[in-house]
Amino acid sequence: MKILTANLPEPDAGVLSLPNDADPREASLEGIHRVDLHFPKFTDGRAYSQAFWLRRRLGFKGEIRATGDVLIDQLVQMSRCGFNVAVLKAGVDATDAQAQFDRYARFYQADASNPQAIFS
Amino acid sequence: MYQYTEFDRQFVQSRAAQHRDQLTRWQAGKLSDDEFRPLRLQNGWYVQRYAPMLRVAVPYGELSSAQLRVLATIARDFDAPSADLLQQAMATQSQIGQHLPAGAVGHGSAPLPTHYAHFTTRQNVQFNWIPLDKSADVMDLLASVNMHGIQTSGNCIRNITSDERAGIAPDEVADPRPFAEIMRQWSTLHPEFAFLPRKFKIAIIGATEDRAAIGWHDVGLQVVKNEAGELGFKIWVGGGMGRTPLIGSLIREFLPWQQILNYLEAIVRVYNRFGRRDNIYKARIKILVKAEGQRYFDEVEAEFKQIVEHDGGVHTIPESELARISASFVPPPLKAAQQNQANPPSAEATEQALRQAADAEPLFARWLARNVAAHKNPALRAVTLSFKRLGQYPGDASADQLNQLADLVDRFSAGEARVTHDQNILLPWVAAADLQALYQAAKAAGLASPNVHLLSDMIACPGGDFCALANARSLPIAQAITERYQDLDELDDLGEIDLHISGCINSCGHHHSGHIGILGVDKDGKEWYQVTLGGSDGSDLSGAAVPGKVVGPSFASDEVPDVLEAILNTYRDQRAHGENFISTLRRVGHEPFKTAANGARHSTGRSTTHSASASV
Repeated sequence: MKILTANLPEPDAGVLSLPNDADPREASLEGIHRVDLHFPKFTDGRAYSQAFWLRRRLGFKGEIRATGDVLIDQLVQMSRCGFNVAVLKAGVDATDAQAQFDRYARFYQADASNPQAIFS
Repeated sequence: MYQYTEFDRQFVQSRAAQHRDQLTRWQAGKLSDDEFRPLRLQNGWYVQRYAPMLRVAVPYGELSSAQLRVLATIARDFDAPSADLLQQAMATQSQIGQHLPAGAVGHGSAPLPTHYAHFTTRQNVQFNWIPLDKSADVMDLLASVNMHGIQTSGNCIRNITSDERAGIAPDEVADPRPFAEIMRQWSTLHPEFAFLPRKFKIAIIGATEDRAAIGWHDVGLQVVKNEAGELGFKIWVGGGMGRTPLIGSLIREFLPWQQILNYLEAIVRVYNRFGRRDNIYKARIKILVKAEGQRYFDEVEAEFKQIVEHDGGVHTIPESELARISASFVPPPLKAAQQNQANPPSAEATEQALRQAADAEPLFARWLARNVAAHKNPALRAVTLSFKRLGQYPGDASADQLNQLADLVDRFSAGEARVTHDQNILLPWVAAADLQALYQAAKAAGLASPNVHLLSDMIACPGGDFCALANARSLPIAQAITERYQDLDELDDLGEIDLHISGCINSCGHHHSGHIGILGVDKDGKEWYQVTLGGSDGSDLSGAAVPGKVVGPSFASDEVPDVLEAILNTYRDQRAHGENFISTLRRVGHEPFKTAANGARHSTGRSTTHSASASV
């Protein structure tokens, strides 16, 4: 997962920004290479389901970017739901981020990046 | 019991290490309080009225003796406030409650229990005094016996509860524990469902009787067989207590067992998307199901179809996985002593010996009648050790008692115990021939009260003595009632009654489902109690799950034992021969009970109004 510390404004027709109550299945992904999903508060988990749908249901191959209240303790689950870029909330120290990815060898469930459950 | 694999062990250890890392970053100021809170909560660490509270997960209530010994160690070595904190807590507690129930006089100055574990209505274990800076050490200790606090709090899929007699009940269609374990693994650190609108509780049974209150859960599952004899689930969704008590709605008459994870994924994903996040009191799935009804069901079915047909149903459970998990749940071998006996006593001889012993010792006879239940294996019994007794609060166990319990569990129950949702401990593998020896040993440990399902076997949450959410204390009420109803003949005469006490509307004490429910409410900074009648948890005794109805305006704390007595006296006056409390209440209606309850007021003034008010 690519971790950014600032989201530079990029006026780009290929970028789609979805509010977290939008249904990604209703969005037109034609010509879109990046979808920004939003966490208004890190405790609002709707964007996880949106990312899962984009990746697994819709087969979106482009970038899925986490924006908003993005903290390092949620990066692993974001990655597992299909996000591949995260923009940390302003002021969050990225130093301890990588250690979060190194902690668990694997998980019980299949997810957007690993199609195998532990029992598969 | 489920046997942890190396992967499972490593996983729990990693989780303990993760908690230590988060604690360290919070202590270093790298995580704010607000950022740390949901992280510690998802490992079971609350901060309560005076101190942190740890909730340890006990998946579907199963505990080994080794785990009990570690819980004992934690109680002994960690469940202690500093002298200053304890003094401050006691001073504060002694200020509240101007009119204590007669039986609880002195409670304010009596020590709050320390060095204790507490069994909860969701089959978990809680500690009340462990300082947060010791939390990582405690998680390491727990991990040493495959225990943790994963998802015992927070807005995620919580610990899955089940029938305390799972795998041993004669009325069972299939053992629900392998499915509970498979669901436990699936829900553990599920990446998509860690920040749901609100908490999410699943209960599963495999028997015909509901002993796990499945109608009261976000999702209730019953293992059933269809007409073709295939195994599957009957599924309810949208039950829950709290401010808006609702019973789950049937969403699926039959789902093949292989599909349960896919179906749960659909249920939770649709909830994650549509559940309300604007109001914490409207955020549970029950509100969504109530508001949307069939539209919610249709969304779930459509999503389930997509998961299976489009996403490939990757969580469809293979036969091999069910077999692998089920292998952990085969009945333990009978004790060597029994196997090696050349001439084991016949069932008749065992029965006769028990009858003789019962005739000789009336208390043992009561215990056999109340605390011992039938088992799938006719040579075995399910025995409930009661944690409801004078001098200790419901569901509390001291460090010494936990160690003694572990010894009993090793000696009499193949090393396995169950936490019951009534806050007792059940031993699932007791030989009928051992009942007398178990009784004597349990009696010596103070765990042989012959009161299971009777009035004094009440449910009570920790309430305002510990909990930050409570509006009023539960424990002094529980204690006052326990003191008033000590006579075993009287308790037997009153028969089976579910008395449930919650210190606030969050309903951890399940007051909605009590035949008699007591709910602590706060008015003008004082403790008041609302009394409800006629609730049911869904067990055979109580009938279909239903919330109780309020008898009238709330009562002062010192009135509560008298109100209860008035209600019970009304039952005695009104009952037909052999009729239990809940049946009498249903037959004659609430009116005479309400009149009696309201007539027992002395400090709130006699009220003639019977209008049920849901709020005060």
